[in-house]
Amino acid sequence: MTRFVARHGWSYLFVLPTFAFFTLFTLLPVVEGFLLSLQNATVAGGDWVGLANFATLTQDPLFHQAVGNTVLYTIVVVAAQISLALVIASLIQPLPSRGRTFYRALFYLPLVNSAILVAMVWRWIFNPNPFGLANAILSILGLGPYRWIGSSDEAMLAVILSTVLIIPGGGVVLYSAAMGGLPKELYEAADVEGAGAIAKWRYITVPLLKPTTLYLMVVYTILAFQVFERVYIMTNGGGPNNATMTIVQLIYNTAFQFGRYGLASAQAVVLFLMAVAVAVLQFRWLRSDVEY
Amino acid sequence: MLPSTRALSLHVVLLAAGLLSLFPLYWLFLTSISPAQFVVRVPPELVPQEFTLRNYQRLFETTPVVRWVVNSVAIAGAVTAFHLLFDSMAGYAFAKRRFPGKNLMFWLVVSTLTVPAQVTLIPVFLILRSLNLLDTYPGVILPGLADVFGVFLMRQYIQTLPTDLENAARVDGASEWQVYRHIILPLCTPALAVLAIFTFQRYWNAFIFPLVILRDSGKYPLQVGLATLQGEFNTDYGMLMTGAAIGAIPMILVFFAFQRYFVAGIRIGAVKG
Repeated sequence: MTRFVARHGWSYLFVLPTFAFFTLFTLLPVVEGFLLSLQNATVAGGDWVGLANFATLTQDPLFHQAVGNTVLYTIVVVAAQISLALVIASLIQPLPSRGRTFYRALFYLPLVNSAILVAMVWRWIFNPNPFGLANAILSILGLGPYRWIGSSDEAMLAVILSTVLIIPGGGVVLYSAAMGGLPKELYEAADVEGAGAIAKWRYITVPLLKPTTLYLMVVYTILAFQVFERVYIMTNGGGPNNATMTIVQLIYNTAFQFGRYGLASAQAVVLFLMAVAVAVLQFRWLRSDVEY
Repeated sequence: MLPSTRALSLHVVLLAAGLLSLFPLYWLFLTSISPAQFVVRVPPELVPQEFTLRNYQRLFETTPVVRWVVNSVAIAGAVTAFHLLFDSMAGYAFAKRRFPGKNLMFWLVVSTLTVPAQVTLIPVFLILRSLNLLDTYPGVILPGLADVFGVFLMRQYIQTLPTDLENAARVDGASEWQVYRHIILPLCTPALAVLAIFTFQRYWNAFIFPLVILRDSGKYPLQVGLATLQGEFNTDYGMLMTGAAIGAIPMILVFFAFQRYFVAGIRIGAVKG
């Protein structure tokens, strides 16, 4: 025993703080989160109800709306962010290294601020008055005024636009780094064959970047699934007629406004399963193709 | 097309995209330094016409915004300091040391990475309630220390360090703590810088967790405080944008001071957007 402590004591001391906090605030809560989803737990406590919470969710139109809104937001946002990041990274690739560094920083700067702060600005830009900036700009083109965050038809559009109008700087940096590491020989061979710039991009660059694309798709999908601050700030936590209700906003309302911890945990488990399903699908999509 | 015209049009496109992305930030600052009638002006003024600090004065007088900034610095600073110490210790043990249970521990850590924070939010809230830590600073700070991103980062980095130095120090009679403190830690400075920036940014920007844990508005970090301004000032966009400006300035300064660490951080797996 003393020999064991003498040999390994320091190792355990080194991992002890991290592992203690991890156990108390991650490991136990993960287990507890799944267990809560099987109870009708409220502020006052609760009993085991099996899958009743999940049965409730399948019947709940508000939950359906939240899932629908979250999926719509995710599909549009992830598609836009991946495409924008790929195009911008491709455009800065031919520049000298100083130019690349400058643009990477330029595109990353808007992302250092919190989602709250960014959402506050967008709430101001997309306000329903004619003097709102979005309306003022569109009126130059003879359009509008729109109700934006004041209308159940346009609120979700405003939330989506607030995300996709910003260049995804993280994706640009990652694509740009990956492009720097692509083998030159393929491009030289393509030059010999007389391929143009677009053809080289389409048939060499894009396929070779697939691992980065996959990684970004998984990360951006999981981030988009968790959209909350924008909705909370721009549309007062769900919008007119719950038009912008998302899963995380609904989890927050269910747990911390109505105190229904069990039902909220079931909603969180559904979100987790959605994230796992998407990650599995995306990895299969990567594997299904030719290896490079 | 001439190569130079092509390069020029490329720069025009890229700059336009960059400026469009920066526009909300510009609009925020412009609103904050403009007089009250600015917000209802049609058509909107895109360049400053009149400069005033009236919004800032009103915000400082009517809200505890300074207090919120102090709280944010304290909370994000404390979480960051603990992470630098604990993550480098654990990263060192996972990278260089052998001990029974190491793989099991590491596997447990990895297996929870896919679980979204919303699954643990309610249980963590209930645990803090049973520990009587709701509405306290430790209640916001301690759960932040369960975050394992930094352990991965430090482990990856320390694995690349040579082992000879450690062994030489041990031969010279250094204790295990001294090996960590005087050999490993000084070599980790670049990784610690990335970790510090990312942890600070993450907890400076954190919202839903402090929102749930804290009740007393005097304890709010800035992000939660800003969200409450919305209810208080509703459509007083000058005041709201001034609050947002106060939130934006610190991170922008940090970004310009430590830009290369941000870019390094994204490349090791800390994408945010």
